[in-house]
Amino acid sequence: MTDPRTEPAPEDSLSAAPAGSPGGADLTGAAAPMKLPRTGPGKDERGKDLIREIMTGSGLVSVLAVVVALLIGAVLIAVTDARVAAAAGYFFAQPGDTFAAMWAAVSEAYGSLFRGATYDPTARTWLGQLGIFETLTFATPLILAGLSVTIAFRAGLFNIGAQGQIILGAIFAGALGFGMQLPPGIHLLVVIVGGAVGGAIWGGIAGLLKARTGAHEVIVTIMLNYIAVNLVLYLLKNQLKDPASSNPVSPPMPGSAVFPLLLGPNFRLNAGFILAVLAVIAIAWLLNRSTLGFEFRAIGANPNAARTAGMVVSRGYIVVMLISGGLSGLAGVSQISGTERSLDADVAGNIGFDAITVALLGRSTPWGTFFAALLFGAFKAGGTSMAVNADVSIDIVLVVQSLIVLFIAAPPLIRAIFRVKSPTINPPTIKPPTISAQATRGAAV
Amino acid sequence: MKSVPASDTNLRMVATLKLELKGITKSFGSLVANDRIDLVVEPGEIHCLLGENGAGKSTLMNVLYGLYEPTSGEILVDGQAVKFSGPGDAMAAGIGMVHQHFMLVPVFTVAENVALGRESTGLGGVLDLEQTRKKIREISAKFGFNVDPDAVIEELPVGVQQRVEIIKALVRDARILILDEPTAVLTPQETDELMDIMRQLTAGGTSIVFISHKLREVKAISDRITVIRRGKVVGTADPSASTTDLASMMVGRSVNLSLDKAPARPGEEVFRIRNLTVMSDDGTRLVDDVSFAVATGEILTVAGVQGNGQTELTEAVLGLHRHVRGSITLDGHELVGRSVRQVLDAGVGFVPEDRRIDGLVGAFSIAENLVLDLYGKKEFSRGSMMNRTAIAEHAARKIEEFDVRTPSAQAPADKLSGGNQQKVVLARELSRPLKLFIASQPTRGVDVGSIEFLHKRIVAERDQGTPVIIVSTELDEVLELADRIAVLFAGRLMGIVPGKSSRDLLGLMMAGLSADEARAQLSATTTLKGEPS
Amino acid sequence: MSTATSTVRDQLAVRSWKVPIAFGFMAAFAAVVFAVFGPDGRATFRLSQDSDAWQLPDLVLPAKITGIIAALGCVVLAAMSYLQTRTVGRTSRAVTSSFTVLFVAGFLIWIIGGTKTQNITLVGLSTGAMLIVTPLVFGSLSGVLCERSGVVNIAIEGQLLAGAFTAALVGSITGNAFAGLLAAAVAGVLVGFMLAAFSIKYLVNQIIVGVVLNVLVAGLTGFLFEKIMKIKVGGATIYNQPPHLPNLPVPLLSEIPIIGPTFFRQSILGYLMLVLVAGIWFALFHTRWGLRIRAVGEHPQAADTMGINVNRTRFLNVLAGGAVAGVGGAYFTLVAVSSFSKDMTGGLGFIALAALIFGRWNPIGAFLAAMLFGVAGNLKSILQLAVTPVDGQFLAMLPYALTILAVAGLVGKSRAPAASGVPYVKG
Repeated sequence: MTDPRTEPAPEDSLSAAPAGSPGGADLTGAAAPMKLPRTGPGKDERGKDLIREIMTGSGLVSVLAVVVALLIGAVLIAVTDARVAAAAGYFFAQPGDTFAAMWAAVSEAYGSLFRGATYDPTARTWLGQLGIFETLTFATPLILAGLSVTIAFRAGLFNIGAQGQIILGAIFAGALGFGMQLPPGIHLLVVIVGGAVGGAIWGGIAGLLKARTGAHEVIVTIMLNYIAVNLVLYLLKNQLKDPASSNPVSPPMPGSAVFPLLLGPNFRLNAGFILAVLAVIAIAWLLNRSTLGFEFRAIGANPNAARTAGMVVSRGYIVVMLISGGLSGLAGVSQISGTERSLDADVAGNIGFDAITVALLGRSTPWGTFFAALLFGAFKAGGTSMAVNADVSIDIVLVVQSLIVLFIAAPPLIRAIFRVKSPTINPPTIKPPTISAQATRGAAV
Repeated sequence: MKSVPASDTNLRMVATLKLELKGITKSFGSLVANDRIDLVVEPGEIHCLLGENGAGKSTLMNVLYGLYEPTSGEILVDGQAVKFSGPGDAMAAGIGMVHQHFMLVPVFTVAENVALGRESTGLGGVLDLEQTRKKIREISAKFGFNVDPDAVIEELPVGVQQRVEIIKALVRDARILILDEPTAVLTPQETDELMDIMRQLTAGGTSIVFISHKLREVKAISDRITVIRRGKVVGTADPSASTTDLASMMVGRSVNLSLDKAPARPGEEVFRIRNLTVMSDDGTRLVDDVSFAVATGEILTVAGVQGNGQTELTEAVLGLHRHVRGSITLDGHELVGRSVRQVLDAGVGFVPEDRRIDGLVGAFSIAENLVLDLYGKKEFSRGSMMNRTAIAEHAARKIEEFDVRTPSAQAPADKLSGGNQQKVVLARELSRPLKLFIASQPTRGVDVGSIEFLHKRIVAERDQGTPVIIVSTELDEVLELADRIAVLFAGRLMGIVPGKSSRDLLGLMMAGLSADEARAQLSATTTLKGEPS
Repeated sequence: MSTATSTVRDQLAVRSWKVPIAFGFMAAFAAVVFAVFGPDGRATFRLSQDSDAWQLPDLVLPAKITGIIAALGCVVLAAMSYLQTRTVGRTSRAVTSSFTVLFVAGFLIWIIGGTKTQNITLVGLSTGAMLIVTPLVFGSLSGVLCERSGVVNIAIEGQLLAGAFTAALVGSITGNAFAGLLAAAVAGVLVGFMLAAFSIKYLVNQIIVGVVLNVLVAGLTGFLFEKIMKIKVGGATIYNQPPHLPNLPVPLLSEIPIIGPTFFRQSILGYLMLVLVAGIWFALFHTRWGLRIRAVGEHPQAADTMGINVNRTRFLNVLAGGAVAGVGGAYFTLVAVSSFSKDMTGGLGFIALAALIFGRWNPIGAFLAAMLFGVAGNLKSILQLAVTPVDGQFLAMLPYALTILAVAGLVGKSRAPAASGVPYVKG
């Protein structure tokens, strides 16, 4: 069509990938062949809708989503419990036994989950009794990586690559940690900055490719995750290997390069948590009060309007991915200088993927992300104790977490389950809320 | 779905069909787009649906075409109540539609597009397009369409794409054809051709529902006119009704169709474009060697059919295009190679063609949108920190000054009506001292009341001595605002003519004749009909 | 009267130097590594196995000289790419493909010549690759079905994992491999159903749903693995001992050197894979079904106005894609190894996504890309045993790096279906 919009869009003056051009190996639906205002907004608008939907869902929906997810988890726990299975064998003779067994299984599991994450007077160690501090410890990398996903998301980019960025951050932090000898304090500072730089490089690659070639960041960051895994495996066999060990592990971090413990040797909670809180404050200020944040948000909500208003969208993509990667890099630091103390291939655990769910649950606001990370940190801390005390695999936590996010992302579903009215105050829009792939013109998988 | 035998029934006299809509109501939530609409389309007539942008015309037609289900009311075909659960049902009932934005798959061929949905297949669902090709050639020959069944849609010009849309409907034996704003993408001469085709169709018994907001066309072609305002039928009219009567019916009050505008007092030519060429990434010349100048205190309008390089011309000035050659100077300073920010800072005010895509961040508040390109200026920020107080005060002032109808400055921009959105964009762009003001389609999709306001502001800016460039595909708007008119065709400048030039002259230029050629042809023929060869 | 007919294309003015620059760097690499520092001695490629009926002689190449020739060829082709870009604005396809072939050949010879044994069995390389290729292709085909109709499927990984788990569980319970296969398809469909329900019905961002479903399936299979598959009866884990799908060599065809052992000595899943690749390709481009699906993926509104139910088409395609990926997952537990273990798909679903993109959303392209990635992956495992000039970890990165180059537009053009990832809302 000759609609001018379909002509290679002025993606921006630097980007080389307009609609359907070589760079168009893109993720979210290339430039719509034509503008179809009646049948739906342009893609950029959809991106905006996504961000808005994620950010403005009601708190009630969040709570209900958690409740439903926990209920489904409870069903899973109940039906796979051996005692329940035994009682079900004579269900028709004594149905009460089956229900009692179900209740026992679920209450035992969730009870130990809750106690493990908060306070458990029966535990033998301080650490076990005051699980709340374990919660904060587990939450620390989740806060940082969650912020990483959040800030990229606000600029319209879907950073699936926190995992790889954490690994790179840990590699840099580790190399500077056990590779150098510096006075305490300075050493830790160098490690922190180095880790942030490592993550920023990895995030920056995705930002640069997005800005210059239009390569879709979802694909690029997924691929970078796997490259990072192979890279760390290689380094652990060679340059970063601990000569004293036969396993692919690095030497331990020296005392000068680790976060001080906040509550003494009985607890793992360390100064990384303070770093995470500071990061939340900084990112909240950046997004809501600063001109740079204004640019990020404008680019995320409507890159075309941002470009027309004189913002350099490509630079915005690069800068936000540098910051985002840097935050994930800090999460890597909090791992290696906080709890892990040495580098191995599993240093990122599942944090990078949890971070996505944390950011979504936190509705892509810095403080929302903070509290979502606390909740997921509690799940982790409690999950460990649940596995030990109630013999329920910690994998159930993954199930519950992913269900929470699914339900939160689909408010109509939750409303349908609970028959809650849609909380629309604004005049209803003509189309239903559209959550869809955020995208710039000229991008698609 | 009724299956239609693959014969050439559409080429014979088709059975005529009477269509009635009774009390059609369509609401989206609390918004009522159509309110108890009654409409009767007699067999073989051209029935025009006239209404402003947003009056509910397209919604009504989408109900008729089965894309929406009506909230209440019924559709009768030849007296029989029908219920359409999708376009397939409507097509089976003999209703065809040419959408304003064509429904063609760009990477498919003409034949594939025409076949889609009623494909002939061989064994095991294997496609057989031969019959479709044959029918396309037949219809094409009958109406002189000249459409190649194997051409790929995205490589065809819009005029031809529109014909493919008509073929699609005819192949499906449409006896009622809905044309939704079909002339928006056509030159005046192409519009005449389309009207000929419409008459040919009705002569064969097809009824046509013609949707438009252009009074001239409506009067020229309709047998009957139904006027819709705010989702309701406000009356029917004869094509002989006066333009002012139709306009006031459409708008709901008497409107002043002409703009009071003092003659221009052009000064120095401060803005110059020399040999400007803009290329797409695949090397297509979107703007081809264009040169002109604009003086202070004058409005130059750029006319042309949508997609002839106007958008790219304005975007090149702003610095949004990569492949730009030539020179653009403002006050002697070169703008080519500058960033958008530098161009804006040089004193260029820019209203983009599509406010929802390029002009506003819909999710942002009005206040934020009002500083979208000013947020970094001293008044609105301290260092890297936004000055919220100043931004709020600025918003309050501008909302007052531009009469933006909104409950609050904090309301998101996409909750505003089109007219109010456009006022926000204009308010922002006019809120700093300008050396050049460029506006593309400043009143597209805007209600008549806002159009008057926006036009007055644009003329006021001219009268302050700012050079103004207005790009518009609406000839009425071009003629109303222009002191001089530049016509673009296929990216090339066909010439610059005075603001009071005739529609025929502009039409010929929009179809690719230079100003001199067009004048020569006009003096040679007294009655101009059809397309110049 | 038209605008398009009279426009002038000016390829030169907008030419991109990306390809010549990339080729230049690669040629320089080839010149230094393959030629200057090329290994002495010979690289031996064994074309036949001892068990083959027809024995082909080994292909023995002098590593250094072949390396020099390959490097020279690369340099010449890079120069041609530069000249073509200068004169006509773009590098021809012939130059691109010759360059790729030469570079890969030079690379292989360099690696093999650099190992201690200096020989490799090509049959072993390709048959070993099929262990990766088979699930990859099924995963990619799932992606093709989904994305061609306009739904991005990031959940391939989850579908494979769900298939692997269910095949193992049901196969163990019934003792019947085909029951396991069927159950795997059903499991894939269930994951597909969730993807479709959330993204089509509830309009949740398709990427989010995909990412979250992967986590959900990983959690669910992990949980059930601990709870059910570890139950021991009489010292054996009875719920994790699925039967094996036997290999069914095709007479005659299986005797063709290299190709026979690679493609014609497979289990039924291997043949199903070949049939699906050809079948889906044909259906997509030559049948009514395919025309409609592509219309829905490119321009859903147009399809809708022609009476095609967009969301139903998408829903069915996502379910079909789920079934295909589920069956692919069964390969892990019914063919490759004979028990399920946690997260056993190990990210292969994402390589399948990469193959889909690298193969330009075309079933045959995806198949070839999967072959390339499979061979690279297998080369890595083979080389892990030998001392090589390049670490296996870098070979493992290859699919990911190539995909990044592809999406960045450095390697050919890839254009996704226009409406992929964009939910369709009527009206």
